[in-house]
Amino acid sequence: MSAARGRRSAQAGLAYGTVSEIKGPLMVIEGVTEASYDELVEIETRDGERRLARVLEVGMGKAVVQVFEGTQGLSIEGTVARFLGRVMELGVSEDMLGRVFDGLGRPLDGLPEPIPREFRDVNGEPINPERREYPCDFIQTGISAIDGMNSLVRGQKLPIFSGAGLPHNMLAAQIARQATVPGREEEFAVVFAAIGVQNDEARFFKESLEKSGAISRSALFLNLADDPAIERIITPRVALTLAEYLAFWHDYHVLVIMTDMTNYCESLREISAAREEVPGRKGYPGYMYTDLASNYERAGRIKGKKGSVTQMPILSMPSDDITHPIPDLTGYITEGQIVLSRDLYRKGIYPPINVLMSLSRLMGPGILAEKRTRADHGDVSNQLYAAYSRAVQLRALAEIVGRSGLSPTDIKYLEFGDLFEQRFLKQGYDENRSLDETLEIAWDILSSLPEQELTKIREEYIRKYYKARRSPSSV
Amino acid sequence: MAVKGKIIWVAGPAVKADGMLGAKMYETVYVGEERLIGEIIRLTGDTAFIQVYENTSGLSVGEPVYGTGQPLSVMLGPGIIGSVYDGVQRPLDRIASTIGPFVKRGVQVPPLPLEKRWRFRPLARKGESVGPGDVIGAVQETPLVECKIMVPPDSKGGELVYVAEEGEYTVEDTVAVLSKGGASEEVKLYHRWPVRTPRPFKRRLNPEVPLITGQRVIDTFFPIAKGGTGCIPGAFGTGKTVMLHNLAKWSDAKVIFHVGCGERGNEEAEVLTKFPELTDPYSGRPLMERTTLIANTSNMPVAAREASIYTGVTMAEFYRDMGYDVLLVADSTSRWAEALREISGRLEEMPAEEGYPSYLASRLAEFYERAGRVETFGRPERVGSVTLIGAVSPPGGDFTEPVTTHTMRFIRTFWALDPNLAYSRHYPAINWITSYSGYVETVRVYWESQVSKEWSELRSYVYSILQREDELLEIVRLLGPEALPDEEKLLLDVARMVREGFLQQSAYDEVDAYCDVRKQVKLLKLFAEFHRLAMDALKRGVPLKSIRGMPIIFRLIRAKSEVRNEEAEKLDLMLESMRSDFERLMAEEVVTAR
Repeated sequence: MSAARGRRSAQAGLAYGTVSEIKGPLMVIEGVTEASYDELVEIETRDGERRLARVLEVGMGKAVVQVFEGTQGLSIEGTVARFLGRVMELGVSEDMLGRVFDGLGRPLDGLPEPIPREFRDVNGEPINPERREYPCDFIQTGISAIDGMNSLVRGQKLPIFSGAGLPHNMLAAQIARQATVPGREEEFAVVFAAIGVQNDEARFFKESLEKSGAISRSALFLNLADDPAIERIITPRVALTLAEYLAFWHDYHVLVIMTDMTNYCESLREISAAREEVPGRKGYPGYMYTDLASNYERAGRIKGKKGSVTQMPILSMPSDDITHPIPDLTGYITEGQIVLSRDLYRKGIYPPINVLMSLSRLMGPGILAEKRTRADHGDVSNQLYAAYSRAVQLRALAEIVGRSGLSPTDIKYLEFGDLFEQRFLKQGYDENRSLDETLEIAWDILSSLPEQELTKIREEYIRKYYKARRSPSSV
Repeated sequence: MAVKGKIIWVAGPAVKADGMLGAKMYETVYVGEERLIGEIIRLTGDTAFIQVYENTSGLSVGEPVYGTGQPLSVMLGPGIIGSVYDGVQRPLDRIASTIGPFVKRGVQVPPLPLEKRWRFRPLARKGESVGPGDVIGAVQETPLVECKIMVPPDSKGGELVYVAEEGEYTVEDTVAVLSKGGASEEVKLYHRWPVRTPRPFKRRLNPEVPLITGQRVIDTFFPIAKGGTGCIPGAFGTGKTVMLHNLAKWSDAKVIFHVGCGERGNEEAEVLTKFPELTDPYSGRPLMERTTLIANTSNMPVAAREASIYTGVTMAEFYRDMGYDVLLVADSTSRWAEALREISGRLEEMPAEEGYPSYLASRLAEFYERAGRVETFGRPERVGSVTLIGAVSPPGGDFTEPVTTHTMRFIRTFWALDPNLAYSRHYPAINWITSYSGYVETVRVYWESQVSKEWSELRSYVYSILQREDELLEIVRLLGPEALPDEEKLLLDVARMVREGFLQQSAYDEVDAYCDVRKQVKLLKLFAEFHRLAMDALKRGVPLKSIRGMPIIFRLIRAKSEVRNEEAEKLDLMLESMRSDFERLMAEEVVTAR
């Protein structure tokens, strides 16, 4: 096929028929003289099938490209690679809301392709940190464990760390349905990126968005479990490109749900292994932090722009291990994490949020320090943490020494722990609690502890809210 | 003559170019038609290996590479303080006003505003003979910092044949001319200095003055000295960043550099939003008037992240040379090490532990060695210091990983953050058993002469309570708290009081965020005294239950956020009332017992 060498195609770029090696998701093309890093490549098989690929490395007469749709069925002979002279772009427009796309942004719903207003590099560009607006608008999710103790803020990236079989999808769908900024009516949109998830999980989200009527303001990008694994590298980028466009050019408040980032990282590892790179921990590439950051950092607000991009990535921790590189590196980039617990789930508590391991970094400086919600919110949250953490420690102790080895105050703490789980944490899938309701429950259960135990709460709030005379069982 | 080569290979931030004969190691080059900034990190024959400080997407084989003949260097002069730079000293604030809210590549804006006029005040006269480091004038850079105009360290010195009059000058104007043996040398308001070369000084001094941070657990238990080194390792969510922000906010250094290498954009935004609103507790001026940010967030190019800590420390040394105490906090050195690893991987170097290059340890050592309290070159005689504090983000919170273990070899203060403390919202989550400070003895003289004679004694008394608690908790875990004798139960109570009322400190509480040194000692005294009095009462037969019911306990725990720094004498009154409470209690209980 040397005839193809260096032949200028009619549309754009150079086409080469000089594929020398195919391994895993990678293809090596020889004799490449003009190509650039990250350039988009169209691969055409002998029978006319077309696939997309991207340049990972170019020079010394060859180019290494990564084929998004996988290399299955490709042959060294008869395959033509056409260098398109541009990086991967997504045509974006507001009309993409209400539509369903595949993992590369091509329509899946049988409708024609929306007419793009603009083409955007899917890699985006870093937001200048100097131009970021510090996020401090409280989002009420209607879930006590989040609103009361790990508040979500517009422009935040708050992942859900879950495990196989835990109800992370329900939780994310409930948040997508209920999230509001109290007292404000503004344009909002949901961008959903399914990354290697099963068909029924994607359908669950779609139906949940349909039921709440939010589907017309949503765009879904689906790379399902049986879709090509390498495409997953692009799916979150495509989704975020649309999210940024909607937020920063059309003033939408966009909530981006990306599930499951673990699959994304697996694909990253697959490519790295095929390139024979020196691995970091557990075989994941050393640049995984940077790569994940290039997705997660695309959340935020910009000074002078109305819209915002809020991210809620979901990832399943392999064998529930939070120190595994995927949750670990994610936690270092995101502004906190919501951790789901299998123990609570077994106890029948929904949402099974392990509040002690969960954290919202933007809650302290953004909401509490500025007193953007109720004035006692911060103190109550701190007290709940301190008391529940003591209860959990005492529970472990009580298992060894028995309740009789504990002081009366300690027993009160044990009871508090149960109240906390049953009354504060536990709520219905359709139960949308206002922040006032959440704090009301918090004061109810805190009032089961003696007043002098509430060392984290200022006296003025204790006077105002502490329900000394009501016994907790009667409320 | 600067070389011009051609790109032959591109993979991410790494580029190979040939035709580069004559180029030098660590020379700055411009890569491609867009003239992206890069640095040569390996030379083989006429092929140069270049790390590029900007996104290389779309960069093609065959594009040109231009040499500059100069190593990567920073521009040092008035205008640095209050700026926001990326890892190679590009001013992000001024880039944003020219190209909008996203960082595009190939943008070149000078680090210092060239058009701005500064009021220069000469401090040397014509005819004087001057050498490197001599102060020839000054510019009031911000209301808090006076930028001294010094003869650059690499100058040959000579006789001053011209000194500008007091007036308004731009950084590029010549404010002095030196002459030596017929050769003349111009001194401007700025000079350049290569970032990988430490700035010279006359001699090192012992770091013996504590850096007061207003954080009780640091100042009292694990102090750091001006010119010292420290590190904050911790898993995610343990509060590294909040702690570094607190150090940048409240430390009594003259100039602060905050290097965000590979961290979150929203956190940089937090610094930029909050610092102008906050006032420096020592001068009452906005904090931004003494602070400079170097922000290379995690999604900005990885090679610039590698350069960012050198850019930061070189600027810090520049202010040290003026005779100031400078604090540089780097968040996080692990991301910097990862950048090193990524570039090393692209170079196909043989990896050492966990893929990190074998020179990781020596690079860390070189960096921390740039800290120090020194006597600078030049007249008038000056003493300045650079204190370096780096956050470390160990994967999975495992302190045995290479970056943490190597860092521990080169620092003297180790503040270990503990996820279990963070989970129960004990902040700062510094574990008081595993942390250490090598400066306790050296700063003791300062504390005892400047703050309180009792400092050392109180500190060891309270610290021993915490250590004993740790041992007792082991027993409690097996047998339950009721198995302990009353004295030990009391000790556990007091330890809990110390933890809540002294070690924990809320960064978001107006009163508690910054704790004055005097208030620290007074609080410490309260807890120590409570333990002594309560032990005494126990011995005389007062039941533990009565001691536990004392209302003063509640007041002690809250004193940190209810007594303001300026009214610390209220704590003396509290001490008095605590003593009389105990006297009353003993009178009552001992009488009833009879």
